[in-house]
Amino acid sequence: MQQSQQSETSERPKGEALPAQRIGQAFARASSEGRCALIPYLMCGFPSVEQSLEAIVAAIEGGADLIELGLPFSDPLADGATIQHASHQALEQGINVAACLSMARQVAARSSVPLILMGYYNPLLAYGVQRFCREAAAAGACGLIIPDLPPEEAGPLLKAAHEEGLALIFLVPPTTPDERIATIVRVAAQEPRGFIYCVSLSGVTGARASLPPHLQSFIARVRRQSAPYGLPLAVGFGVSRPEHVAEIARYADGAVVGSALVNLLERHAADGAAQRAAVRDYIRSLRERTARLP
Amino acid sequence: MQQHLEQQERESPATERYQHGSYPDVRGRFGPYGGKFVPESLMPLLSELEAAYREARHDPAFEEELQELLRSFVGRPTPLYYVPRFSQLVAPGVRVYLKREDLAHTGAHKINNALGQGLLAKRMGKRRIIAETGAGQHGVATATVCAMLGLECIIYMGAEDIERQSLNVFRMRLLGAEVRPVDSGSRTLKDAINEAIRDWVTNVETTFYLIGSVVGPHPYPLMVRDFQSIIGREAREQILRLEGRLPDLVVACVGGGSNAMGIFYPFADAPEVRLLGVEAGGQGLATDQHAATLVAGRPGVLHGAFSYLLQNEDGQVLGTHSISAGLDYPGVGPEHSYMKDTGRASYVAADDALALRGLQALSQSEGIIPALEPAHALGYLLEMGARGELVPGSLVIVNLSGRGDKDMATVARELEVKIS
Repeated sequence: MQQSQQSETSERPKGEALPAQRIGQAFARASSEGRCALIPYLMCGFPSVEQSLEAIVAAIEGGADLIELGLPFSDPLADGATIQHASHQALEQGINVAACLSMARQVAARSSVPLILMGYYNPLLAYGVQRFCREAAAAGACGLIIPDLPPEEAGPLLKAAHEEGLALIFLVPPTTPDERIATIVRVAAQEPRGFIYCVSLSGVTGARASLPPHLQSFIARVRRQSAPYGLPLAVGFGVSRPEHVAEIARYADGAVVGSALVNLLERHAADGAAQRAAVRDYIRSLRERTARLP
Repeated sequence: MQQHLEQQERESPATERYQHGSYPDVRGRFGPYGGKFVPESLMPLLSELEAAYREARHDPAFEEELQELLRSFVGRPTPLYYVPRFSQLVAPGVRVYLKREDLAHTGAHKINNALGQGLLAKRMGKRRIIAETGAGQHGVATATVCAMLGLECIIYMGAEDIERQSLNVFRMRLLGAEVRPVDSGSRTLKDAINEAIRDWVTNVETTFYLIGSVVGPHPYPLMVRDFQSIIGREAREQILRLEGRLPDLVVACVGGGSNAMGIFYPFADAPEVRLLGVEAGGQGLATDQHAATLVAGRPGVLHGAFSYLLQNEDGQVLGTHSISAGLDYPGVGPEHSYMKDTGRASYVAADDALALRGLQALSQSEGIIPALEPAHALGYLLEMGARGELVPGSLVIVNLSGRGDKDMATVARELEVKIS
């Protein structure tokens, strides 16, 4: 991986794959196996740095295709109570952007599963968006998800991310009109690219008992726009049970699981070995239902 | 880091001038500040709101209804009142006028904006109103307007603010609003706004978020400025009638900055009028117990806009402290940030003790008990006088943004007096 101050893509040695390409490869691999990709979300530093690292390793052992690593923020306004709490606790542990990047490096050293960083914009601004993208790429990250950064405001980060070969992944909720979906898809399809993060419902993150009734028609609506670009679609927010994953596998390319995993870590915080086993078993139970049934 | 940010988001302030009437631009920016940093769910709604607002402002029927209600329901125009005995306390030969927003219905300037947005919500067919409140003045104003217009009203309020503003909580409930305590984070205004945004994201199609200050994503800073500018327009007309000239100095307290923007904006095209915003210095700027965002913060993104922000090195938003719940906010309106950088307005801080002094001085010299928020402006003015910064003949307007009733329990506690 190139470490120099120069950050132009053209400076990258010819033939070297851009980090973001590994995202597409992970989706393609899952698809070739006749299933959707499974994408667990874990908050960096929750319940502790060591335990979150262990949990990521356990999630990978359980069959994760990609990992979303959460960067904590004091005011996570797109998150529900569970991730708010995890975010708060991570900050209490002194987790900052540098600590998250260091954790990303450790994950990358142990596994080739693509890592996506998810956080709010202000900590990135404070760190410096170019510096952040350069160091994130060097740490082995492949993409970024910033829920408070719509395409209109994403210019500076999009440029910096693309210069480092990172994908910037945009969220699309079901309330978005078709014309706007088309606009977002066009921005998201620029190389290097990742996937479209379809938000299952209009609301905040958090495990829910069932998926919303109109999810399939919403995904179909996004698919009509994304199909020409061949962009994968992943579904997140509210996804927590194996049967949710089974449903999502029927019409989307990936399922993101976040709050349910945070709850699981919380329940087993006292016992590291039990925690690892619980995460591995849970992810495995989801992975078993990723098959795209005929 | 600061340097990096400046390269990233800001043009050089030194070469810029604040061009009155040119902001926000089409992207909702005041220079580099403002914008729409919100979850995607809200983007279509913000466009819809922008269009509805523009259309309403061009509809004479909307304007007429608003003006009529401002007259008959709010009690406008509010007086511009000369305070001779307080002027004496400031400095000899200085003439201080108060813009009496404390005499507006519900006791603060907040009603101007709540009424404007309430009418807009009704026009847009939204029946469910959510709002956040710190001191409770915006909550009371919103609950009042909702009752009058027959709209459902939910108010998010930090659990700590609920404790220190129990009178206003009671008023909101009496007016038929549901007050929802917010227990997350610092349990104050910042967290109430987070929670209101979460509600909004969840109920985006049925709900109108009635934001209480010149903060938040575009078009809110524009809309709230417009609705509050009635304060400055009246004050300008009144001072010309009373004194035959514009004031030398206009002073207002700044939390989010709506009362300040309301009185500043109509004077901003007159370079001879000095605009001074007074932030909450809390226990002092040397401590971390203050809310002086423009004085001690640096630019960042919170609650949908790029603006000055109290944050740590890592970009995490800091907790704040003020004796006044209405100023206890780590952010500020983006137009204030731009006014600061361009030098069109300047910003200072008054600590809790100075605010109390301001409150007592006005109460005892003029028979007017101000809210703790404008008491910061009054206290700072006393300091300016004492330091000899005001020459005899200076003409000053202070925006008396609200009355002090809501703060009596806090003030009594600070003065160590038992009242019940």
